[in-house]
Amino acid sequence: MDKEERYQKLKDIIKIYLPEDVSVGDISEESHFINELNINSANLVDIILDVEDAFDITLENDDMDQMQTVKNALEIIELKLSSK
Amino acid sequence: MRKRVVITGLGVCAPNGVGLTDFTYAMQHGKSGIRFQPKLKELEFGCQIAGEPLIKDNLVEQYFTPLQLRGLNASGIVYGVIAGTDAWKDAGLPISPKESPDWESGIIFGTGILGVDKFRESIHLVDDKSVRRLGSTTVLQTMASGISAYLGGILGCGNQVTTNSSACTTGTEGILMAYERIVSGKAKRILTGSCSDSGPYVWGGFDAMRILPRQYNENPPAASRPMSATASGFVPGSGAGALVLESLECALERGAKIYAEVLGGAVNSGGQRGEGSMTAPNSEGVQRCIVDALENAGISKSEVDVINGHLTATAKDTVEIKNWSEALDRQGTDFPFVNSFKGHFGHCLAAAGSIESVASLLQFGKKELFGNLNCQDLHPEIVKIVDASRIPQKTRAYRPRILAKASFGFGDVNACVIFGAFND
Repeated sequence: MDKEERYQKLKDIIKIYLPEDVSVGDISEESHFINELNINSANLVDIILDVEDAFDITLENDDMDQMQTVKNALEIIELKLSSK
Repeated sequence: MRKRVVITGLGVCAPNGVGLTDFTYAMQHGKSGIRFQPKLKELEFGCQIAGEPLIKDNLVEQYFTPLQLRGLNASGIVYGVIAGTDAWKDAGLPISPKESPDWESGIIFGTGILGVDKFRESIHLVDDKSVRRLGSTTVLQTMASGISAYLGGILGCGNQVTTNSSACTTGTEGILMAYERIVSGKAKRILTGSCSDSGPYVWGGFDAMRILPRQYNENPPAASRPMSATASGFVPGSGAGALVLESLECALERGAKIYAEVLGGAVNSGGQRGEGSMTAPNSEGVQRCIVDALENAGISKSEVDVINGHLTATAKDTVEIKNWSEALDRQGTDFPFVNSFKGHFGHCLAAAGSIESVASLLQFGKKELFGNLNCQDLHPEIVKIVDASRIPQKTRAYRPRILAKASFGFGDVNACVIFGAFND
């Protein structure tokens, strides 16, 4: 799976958690989940579970704390996949 | 003068009909919602039948967002949101804009236990040392007030938003709590109702108590037999009923249609004293509740012309009829018309009072009395008290004037609400 595929997969996960006034097109690598995409902080927990299922990886508490932006998430996913 | 309170919206998610149109038809035509449940057979229940609403997937999508539907595994919330949202729309009320709630509207929506299947899912994960996999909605789906919380958010209500719980009186009690809040001027309108989950984990405890019928697994529609000589226990059910209560002033101001008026009522407990216990009512408590309800409503005993009983199809039906007769001081052909809708959809537990109230109220508009099911063989002790002509076997034309609806529940708790035909 290349970087673009991982990004697309992540966007598909995030999509459902976006509030009505934010569209998929608004997602960029730099987007902050809570401050920019207006995702309910409670739902970050669900995004993490979805990421684990979709990429077949396990995220630790520290990884979760670091996942503030889409870019953070992609980096963590890449790291986990490479150490599998 | 005390504020008058009317009912301007109804919604229902019942075993014999989801939505007002289907439910009304089912009640008018004596359609049963009691069906064989393969899951109960598989689990070797004695009673393998139940009344469970049939919900289509595409219906659920009309009430919940895709995000809300993710991991949703609480049938009571599904039933309650469908019934509650429908009642709100039926009353012609708008959904509050995103910026600000409607401070004058509240929600009192009860349940007995909520999100049982979600809770089971969580228990397995926790025991498996996977607590972190619970996700963000486990709490919301399993807290009792989950139902009022979901509805409160969907509709944007800014007044009191709460959940009451008093076993099988829950729905009827909620109507009186809503009534009192409006009468006291603390809210203009309240969406009230109640819901109850489906499934073996809710119904199992009752099967264990051996109070469910076991000989009708091959013939479900005949199983629930309120007031019958061959009644052999209540059929478990589930679902939700919802009512919008509103001050008459508000209803008239916005030109709302009015189903009927809430004239008053009473709640009490027999205190598990005398013949009362955790599971059996103290008759003195029941009779006081009925008498107090009439007094609160300013209605004389002779004015009641229709009773919708609790009447679950157990040996206690006879005791209940005796209590109504003694409380109202009426018997024989002078006894009010009496019906029980548990023959149609079983005992929906916490949802019973609200679903049965919705059905009772539909009778005012339809100018009909819905017939009882499965009591052609009336219990001989009941016939000694009430003339058989007062227990309609079929739906008949009639204009109800004063209808008394009562529910009784475990813990020896009672609730009785008095509905009146609306005339201004």
